[in-house]
Amino acid sequence: MNRPQTTDHRPSSIVRRPSSGFLNAIGAIVWKDLAAELRSRELLSAMLVFALLVILIFNFALELDPLTRRVATPGILWATFAFAGTLGLNRSMAVEKDRGCLDGLLLAPVDRSAIYFGKTISNLAFMLIVEVVVLPVYSVLYNTNLFNPGLIVVILLGSVGYVAVGTLLSSMAVQTRTRDVLLPILLFPVVIPILIAAVKASSGFLQGLALTEVMPYINLLIVYDVIFTAVAYMVFDYVVEE
Amino acid sequence: MKPQPIVLKVLNVASVLLFLAALGMVFLYAPLEATMNYVQKIFYFHVANAWVGMLGFIAAAVAGVVYLIKHDQKWDIVELAAVEISLVFFIIAIVTGSIWARPSWGAYWTWEPRLTTAAILEMVYIAYLLLRQGLDDPDRRARFSAVYTLIGAISVPITFMSIRLFRTIHPVVIGTNSTASQGNFDMTSKMLATMFFALFTFSVIFVNLFWHRIRLGQLAQQVEQLKLEELQ
Repeated sequence: MNRPQTTDHRPSSIVRRPSSGFLNAIGAIVWKDLAAELRSRELLSAMLVFALLVILIFNFALELDPLTRRVATPGILWATFAFAGTLGLNRSMAVEKDRGCLDGLLLAPVDRSAIYFGKTISNLAFMLIVEVVVLPVYSVLYNTNLFNPGLIVVILLGSVGYVAVGTLLSSMAVQTRTRDVLLPILLFPVVIPILIAAVKASSGFLQGLALTEVMPYINLLIVYDVIFTAVAYMVFDYVVEE
Repeated sequence: MKPQPIVLKVLNVASVLLFLAALGMVFLYAPLEATMNYVQKIFYFHVANAWVGMLGFIAAAVAGVVYLIKHDQKWDIVELAAVEISLVFFIIAIVTGSIWARPSWGAYWTWEPRLTTAAILEMVYIAYLLLRQGLDDPDRRARFSAVYTLIGAISVPITFMSIRLFRTIHPVVIGTNSTASQGNFDMTSKMLATMFFALFTFSVIFVNLFWHRIRLGQLAQQVEQLKLEELQ
């Protein structure tokens, strides 16, 4: 696709600075998303309420007595993050599509991957905010101490991979007819490595296992994050191309 | 549509004959396994089906990458054909595996790496077909399908490795799953010959079905184009 030439009547310095221009573009997209969210609070409130409801449902579904809790906590946390995550991913791309913002972004004279990284970072921010709220609430409700530096690292790594794939797939899902139901179906089968590794590593840290026993899972998370960020960066052009 | 080329006709006949021969070898040539008896006979076709599923999986991944590079619609047809064939043959492999697992492991299903990965791969394929269903524009459908095939092709092997990782870290699980059960089954040379013959047979069947499915895809594309011309 030929992009319109916009450089003619502008100072050339705005467009001809690839590296800082790229970072500026990412920053602008993240800033736009966060500012819009600060004003409307649509996305975060929905994600948070949903996450708390999932925890509530697990409480009744699993009869979380102290013994079960020790085994089930990592699984419940990651199921909650995964479900709440799809809600946020779906919404954040749907907003772009509905109000025609995506077309505007695509017309901007920046590299397309800047859009991908911008959206990924803002989605990651939303997910981390939800996790930051869920963790203390869960700790209080179930009298379990979740403030473990290892667990925080696992949550960070897991969220990065989840959002890296999720942003790419959600930008595909919003362009289909069945968009509201499609994202979880597309996303869950391909993020299973993250869920396996994150649940195993989280329970390792919570049970105080030695670091050598947890490291394979941490490595797996890092490998997944790197591979899928790179793949998404390479193929994002094909997904938004018109 | 052009009539079937002569090679394809030969392949049709060869597939049927080879299949009958493989069936004969399984029941008449291969010896009975000492502990599992007749149940073990399903092994030959089970392995062959899983093999064809793997071939389809690899073919789909390659076609997806080539499509992304070349942007030629014919690779989309190849990719869809490979995915559909792989989907069906993995289902057959899972079902025959369950039939075999019940008497030899004592349960239809265990959460063993290979089984679980096969099940997750089926989910990826179903998601793939649902994705295609939701898209009308052929060009966009082809692009999205290729991207999703690529992501599936990378994530499924990682899934396999990650499941294997936690099975090896927790030694308790290993005693009850397949590695032990499969170890006590040694193949004689006749069994090996039967297995390789079954693999060869199913490879021929794979090529035959693949070819037919690609031709069907081309027909569907022609229909789509005719419809578009009619509308204009």
